Amino acid sequence: MTSLVWVEHDNVHVKEATLAAVTAATLLGEVVALVAGHECVEVAKAAARIAGVSRVLLADDVAHAHGLAENIAPFIAGLMSDYDAFVAPATSASKNIAPCVAALLDVMQVSDVLSVEGPKTFTRPIYAGNVIATVESRDAKLVLTVRATSFAKAESTGGEAVIETVTGATDAGLSSFVSAQIAASERPELTSAKVVVSGGRALKDAAGFAGVIMPLADRLKAGVGASRAAVDAGYVPNDYQVGQTGKIVAPDVYIAVGISGAIQHLAGMKDSKTIIAINKDEDAPIFQVADIGLVADLFDAVPELTAKL
Amino acid sequence: MKILVSVKRVIDYNARPRVKPDGTGVDLSNVKMSLNPFDEIAIEEGVRLKEKGVASEVVAVSVGPAKAVDTLRTALAMGADRAILVQSDEAVEPLAVAKILKALAVEEQPGLIILGKQAIDDDCNQTGQMLAALMKRPQGTFASSVMIEGDAALVTREVDGGLETLRLALPAIVTADLRLNEPRYASLPNIMKAKSKPLGTKTPADLGVDITPRLMTLKVAEPPVRGAGIKVADVDALVVKLKEMGVA
Repeated sequence: MTSLVWVEHDNVHVKEATLAAVTAATLLGEVVALVAGHECVEVAKAAARIAGVSRVLLADDVAHAHGLAENIAPFIAGLMSDYDAFVAPATSASKNIAPCVAALLDVMQVSDVLSVEGPKTFTRPIYAGNVIATVESRDAKLVLTVRATSFAKAESTGGEAVIETVTGATDAGLSSFVSAQIAASERPELTSAKVVVSGGRALKDAAGFAGVIMPLADRLKAGVGASRAAVDAGYVPNDYQVGQTGKIVAPDVYIAVGISGAIQHLAGMKDSKTIIAINKDEDAPIFQVADIGLVADLFDAVPELTAKL
Repeated sequence: MKILVSVKRVIDYNARPRVKPDGTGVDLSNVKMSLNPFDEIAIEEGVRLKEKGVASEVVAVSVGPAKAVDTLRTALAMGADRAILVQSDEAVEPLAVAKILKALAVEEQPGLIILGKQAIDDDCNQTGQMLAALMKRPQGTFASSVMIEGDAALVTREVDGGLETLRLALPAIVTADLRLNEPRYASLPNIMKAKSKPLGTKTPADLGVDITPRLMTLKVAEPPVRGAGIKVADVDALVVKLKEMGVA
């Protein structure tokens, strides 16, 4: 079985989640990586070095510059006659594109794969991760998105895959990119950080979030996350949200500050190795999943913690 | 412009699903069911576009069991004008739902189709994208803002690094994310009024769609439970723990 693996990138770097998708695809058989973008040859070179990748397809075209599903999905569907599976890390870009590919192939996608149990059998979370389903595909081809935190990362060096150029991209003329607000940050990326500090509604406002969470995160060189409540209230931008429909994280240490622990939040972080919760409500559900809990007022405890580390 | 909004009857977001003892599925008997939260946002957006004079009619569609009529009545109480139930007692996968919605779109000719980005039961996050691909129309997924400008929609999307804005030619498909709007509560008079709004029923077969599942669920199980943790007395004790873990 040969899989076409979606390489997640920003036209410059390969995103780490790709390495987990390569591992998942390796469990199915041969791995061919697809780099679709614009002026992204460096990405193809990096993808060729990923251990386990046998070939890299480089589709460098202005039509692919902004990841528009209308242009990319038909292009991928066209390539799929040579492959048995399309495998992508479950990032916002591939969640946008993979179901289109599946529909064009008349295939039911398996979303958020947690494990590969057989050539067509996978586990995946349902009901916000409160239930794990084992599903078997009856379709001729597979379309999978893979939860990056559930698979080891393939080595990003050591591979020597050949790069082949593929052409045939077209602009469907249905959509165009207008603008982006992508926050540049010096902090480790939330989904790949070893330590994550997350804040909830108890921080009261944006100043509270910035004044309490950020210094601790700086001290620990941690990524910063937030509960939905904190994002909805405007303390931090949307891309900080950890949860069922936000980012899924599984760092070595997850520090939840002033987060009560709604099911939807737990769905995004309960696979963290160690969970630390700081909350003044000792009955908060977050303490049921926390390895280490501290019942305290966060406005006292967190600055003290930051100072003592 | 007509707007089609699809809604799903799902477990209430506060309810906890229980796995059946034989592992064949999730026991939903006596569990509170509600309108999928993302679909509630989708309906709200459709109704707001009508209130702004951009849309002329909002049609709510649900694919599901007879009881999904309750879900459609909720959508009507929020301000949808009429509803269509495509009735199926079997679970219908996103691919088949997308085919059903496409068939309805051929009949209804909407200028905009709004869906929730994800149903909170199967957590698939597929239907809107599949519908767009099948219809060969553009998609604005995970939308946090929708503006109609002439024959185009400007859709701002929540993406991994922040936000991006796309211009989509109409007709287009939009999937609603959490911050697109805050759905209203239906008032009692509107709940009463919803009971007399038109609600038609069809079947997948009427629309020529085969809903045979493509994914077979072999079993369902609860995830491993995390062991009980400890509580530390004060910040100093927490500092010790963090240092033991090599974090600080």
